[in-house]
Amino acid sequence: MKWMGTNPVLFKELKLRFRSFKSFNGMLFFLLAMCIFVFGYIFLTVTISGHSYFRPSESFVLFAFLSFIQLGLVLFTAPGLTAGAISSEREKQTLPILLTTSQSSFQIISGKLMSSVAFLLFLIIAGMPVYSLVFLFGGISPWDFIKIFLFLFVILLAFGSMGVMFSTLIRKTVVSMIATYGTMLFLSVVTGFLFIITMRMKEMSQMGTMVTPSYFGHFLASINPGVLFASFLSPNVFGIVEELTHVDFPIWIGFLIFYGFLTVVSIGIAVRKLRVNTNKYR
Amino acid sequence: MIEIKGLTKKYGSFTALDNLHLTLNEGTVFGFVGANGAGKSTTFLILATLLQATSGEVHINGVNVREKPAAVRKLIGYMPDFFGVYDQLKAEEYLDFYGASYGIPADERKKLIPQLLELVNLSHKRSSYVDLLSRGMKQRLCLARSLIHDPKVLILDEPASGLDPRARVEMRDILKTLKKMGKTIMISSHILPELAEMCDEIGVIDNGKLIAHGSVAEIQMKLQGEKVITVKVAVHAINEAISFFEEQPHISSIDMLESGDGITFKYVGSEGEQISLLQQAVKKDIPVVSFMEHVTNLEDVFMEITKGAD
Repeated sequence: MKWMGTNPVLFKELKLRFRSFKSFNGMLFFLLAMCIFVFGYIFLTVTISGHSYFRPSESFVLFAFLSFIQLGLVLFTAPGLTAGAISSEREKQTLPILLTTSQSSFQIISGKLMSSVAFLLFLIIAGMPVYSLVFLFGGISPWDFIKIFLFLFVILLAFGSMGVMFSTLIRKTVVSMIATYGTMLFLSVVTGFLFIITMRMKEMSQMGTMVTPSYFGHFLASINPGVLFASFLSPNVFGIVEELTHVDFPIWIGFLIFYGFLTVVSIGIAVRKLRVNTNKYR
Repeated sequence: MIEIKGLTKKYGSFTALDNLHLTLNEGTVFGFVGANGAGKSTTFLILATLLQATSGEVHINGVNVREKPAAVRKLIGYMPDFFGVYDQLKAEEYLDFYGASYGIPADERKKLIPQLLELVNLSHKRSSYVDLLSRGMKQRLCLARSLIHDPKVLILDEPASGLDPRARVEMRDILKTLKKMGKTIMISSHILPELAEMCDEIGVIDNGKLIAHGSVAEIQMKLQGEKVITVKVAVHAINEAISFFEEQPHISSIDMLESGDGITFKYVGSEGEQISLLQQAVKKDIPVVSFMEHVTNLEDVFMEITKGAD
């Protein structure tokens, strides 16, 4: 991991990002929104229920909401942070100079990706004190917490890599953003919708006949971040998916394989295509 | 130091570079002259490992650009004609980033950066944000950036474009210093007299072809075959002078000066024949006030060589 410690692009990006007022504003508003939500929820729950305490079951609902806010943050911020990583360098005419330095394509791409991932992780970690307030009221185990963060990290890395890939392949940042957000929406919304349609069609076609497993339906459920995320908050989601698809395979394994593959392929394509004009005779 | 053999670059049916051959020795300052779109920047992009040629070979210090681009990047310092900077970085941070990008250790960079800033007269701006620098300062900072890893070859694409006269003079002085340091420099520019002043060799490129290559004097000599001579005479004798010169051999395109006191014409002949021509005019009692050969500068050479290019 020597490249991580000596990656000039990573340090330059972090310096530029943390020096910008936009980053400060983003963090301020994110933490403000979380605080308002947490304290507002506690206040409303306590005053409406008439109790002077906060029940563990109510604490779990708060945890679930905060977790969905974090997921939303990752899903909508990761593409925005990474989809201009290379194309903006191209637009600002700084890319040719960068490409004539001794840095390898992998160093440049990984530096760009890691700086965006680091910024988002920083946002998530900055929100931890507010997030961990739920521990005060019980109902949440540290393992629940760790699972959510590992999941967010995998998603962040996958969508971040995809953003960098589109940014390398597409010249204009705006188009790259549209492509990245489009893919993110497809994977997180359209796959869920397709899963419901697939299951309904399967149910209708197999009425009165022997039930066969739906591997495609299971695949759709595995790659939809919302399904796995829901299963962390409510473990019986696993059972529901298994019951619907008749496939006895943990969706989190399918999820890890798919997003791991997506990350590796995206980074691989970005590295290969960064110096597209110099790779072969045309 | 730089060896280009049969370099060709095609974009579909358009040929941007057509079988370019060029050899430059170590320490040479080579000026690349050509109209916009002639192929200068394409050549530089290929040398800088940013573009792959359709065919042909380029070797820099014996290293093949296509086969070992990473090794070539360590040998060259490239300054493109249009470039951006990271506005939120300070001048010294900008150089430090590129120093790190070339793998120069941090303690070495600390010593190197002040020296480079001094070389390009930007020591007083070391802590200024790059976006607060003037265009000329940004150009100089970019030049310092291209020198950070002490490259043997500098590839400078229009380094003085868009600069005011003072900034151009400053840039030219820095380039003269680099020449003294023994760097091999390839430079393109539209400010031709400046190239003539600092370059050992000039190459004229037109429509992707190198149509002339040699020292500034050699290229100027190419046009000396047909000299332009201006003869000023007493106003009352102008018709007499025209008649005389019209009768002489090797003279063409006689034009009267707008002031009416002289003529210009094209002449093909040696220096001795030129002296004899003047002597004959004097013998014929033509009142010659001055007899002057027009000195061809690089701009004239460029215009002459590339005329009809469009």
